[in-house]
Amino acid sequence: MNRLNPIQLACIGGAALLAASAVPATAEISACLITKTDTNPFFVKMKEGATKEAEANGIALQTFAGKIDGDVETQVAAVETCIASGAKGILITPSDSRALAPVVTQARDAGLLVIALDTPFEPADVADATFATDNFKAGVLIGQWAKATLGDDAANAKIALLDLNPSEVSVDYLRDQGFLTGFGIDVKDPTDIGDEDDPRIVGHDVTNGNEEGGRTAMENLLQKDPEVNVVYTINEPAAAGAYEALKAFGRENDVLVVSVDGGCPGVMNVGEGIIGATSMQFPLLMASKGIEAIKNWADSGAKPDNTPGLDFFDTGVQLITDTPVEGLDSLSSEDGLALCWG
Amino acid sequence: MRMASQGDTKREDQSGGSGDDRGSADAEVLRETAIAAEAKRRTALHLVQRFLHRHPTMVPVIVLAVSVVLFGMIAGGRFFSPFNLSLIMQQVSIIGILAAAQSIIIITAGIDLSVAAIMVLASVIAGKLAVEAGVPTGLALLAAFVCGTLAGTMNGLLVTRLRLPPFIVTLGTWNVFFALNLWLSGAQSIRGQDIDNAAPLLKFFGQSLTFGGARLTYGSMLMIIIFLVLWYLLNRTAWGRHVYATGDDKEAAELAGIRTDRTLVSVYALAGFVCAIGAWAAIGRVGSVSPQSFYEGNLQSITAVVIGGISLFGGRGSILGALFGALIVGVFQSGLRLAGVDVLWQVFAIGWLIIVAVAVDQWIRRVSS
Repeated sequence: MNRLNPIQLACIGGAALLAASAVPATAEISACLITKTDTNPFFVKMKEGATKEAEANGIALQTFAGKIDGDVETQVAAVETCIASGAKGILITPSDSRALAPVVTQARDAGLLVIALDTPFEPADVADATFATDNFKAGVLIGQWAKATLGDDAANAKIALLDLNPSEVSVDYLRDQGFLTGFGIDVKDPTDIGDEDDPRIVGHDVTNGNEEGGRTAMENLLQKDPEVNVVYTINEPAAAGAYEALKAFGRENDVLVVSVDGGCPGVMNVGEGIIGATSMQFPLLMASKGIEAIKNWADSGAKPDNTPGLDFFDTGVQLITDTPVEGLDSLSSEDGLALCWG
Repeated sequence: MRMASQGDTKREDQSGGSGDDRGSADAEVLRETAIAAEAKRRTALHLVQRFLHRHPTMVPVIVLAVSVVLFGMIAGGRFFSPFNLSLIMQQVSIIGILAAAQSIIIITAGIDLSVAAIMVLASVIAGKLAVEAGVPTGLALLAAFVCGTLAGTMNGLLVTRLRLPPFIVTLGTWNVFFALNLWLSGAQSIRGQDIDNAAPLLKFFGQSLTFGGARLTYGSMLMIIIFLVLWYLLNRTAWGRHVYATGDDKEAAELAGIRTDRTLVSVYALAGFVCAIGAWAAIGRVGSVSPQSFYEGNLQSITAVVIGGISLFGGRGSILGALFGALIVGVFQSGLRLAGVDVLWQVFAIGWLIIVAVAVDQWIRRVSS
């Protein structure tokens, strides 16, 4: 067996490094896209949007991703690599809104434009700009829809809230508290899940945003109060899991399930009545707007502006439901299928 | 010991002082009662220790009984309802099946970090074939079983042929299987409604029998059957004796003529197969094929095994312990939840449970006399 000695190994490694660093030098402007994972269809769509827009503008795009949601180390390493590669800008969906702040500040000090996509930093001005869904508004829309659908019964609703995880990251509390606000419930501290004292709230539980967690959390809350009749879910996989639990309890027909995301399986579930309404977000738009902004920054040094009244650029949110209510703009699941991601 | 030596000092002090005979005699009596009490305490503890050493499964059984009673008192009638108890069974069934697979590996002094990844991969394979490729459900499941078994065999071969520690091998294959799963599935779930239309058999284990308020899913029954079958294999067959012998002392087992490498590969392969059966049950439980679920399943299965009193050093512990371990975790979670305790503190409690379980295991192992 032929063994490589350490010097040979070092040579190969060095050559690989050289080859890697040579790539961005071929284009005039280079940019980086760093997503939470590269498997979640949401980020796949985002990458698709960024790649297309980058090609159209002659920008060399490097893409990076963490292994799982919450993988901060990989994202830190990716930002460092981007700074070293001489990129003009970074588009990033931070896995942790606070932990990545120092390395992002380093990048900005090195002259890069940093744009947060989808998930804002805390505080938001850690990045030059944020292109994101207004997650609070996404929650408000489904809250308003649920309230209007219940009509007078909203006063005696029994609400179960299926959240993301115990860390209470911004997307988690924004959607949760937005939903409650839309439903007309006093949320007290809008950054704290679970400090409400409205008797209509049966409880909160966490789902990790997947079907298994959604089912278990729904079972738990049904155990707490079997009369739950409104279920908020952090995303559509959690909603699908919750539906399974409701079905096992024989409650699938008399409970309103609402969600946020706008993934294609979720929109199909709206069509089949599993989810009553969902707030769709637009990942492709976030990415293409982001690339556009980096191009502008490289050409003219101009930074993107925020949506008036917000500390980020709102890429829009659309209510999808097959049972529209008066006063709320919505699209049917059929129309939603043309717009959904993943 | 400490009490006896205190008695000694007391006696010295007093005899050194006035030289009073009576005081000295008192001290003597005191000393003797102290020694006797200490001896009694030690024998009682000793007896407990010896008893548990002989019946290691009793520890989780006792913990389970105590926690059921405790949470019954804290959380009240809702906890004790047949429905809630059957719900706990249902909620732990998938982790329980993974823990069964994990147990046979831990008994060989190994560890398998990839069990949940094998399971999710197998479920994605079954789902993709049956729902999206239109393969007959039976064949799709067969393919999943074969893949699970092959994945386990690969772990076993890497452990025995390359002589790598099981921790490293399965740490690697965990990532490999997880990546394959995401690649195959595109991280997209296969919706329950699509499964209902194309391959309802995949959700077989989600069905349930209802009696007297309890709802026993086929999945929970499957978990118990798997444990009983593995218990039989481990305790009533030559293969089982080889597994324990290999875990207890591999070299001695080899000297005794056991082909330990072959035994190890068979254990990993069987574990992979059990994970693939778990995949079928998981589709029934979750209601869809969910590539993002059970990310922490491997660690949860190890938790169940450890709390169940199976020694991480191999060769000791009954596989039924892992079943009780899984149930203990389920009882804790359900009880704490019904008592209104935050998720955070449920995690905290399980953490301490692990540490206490291993500490008790170590203490029992120290029986030498």
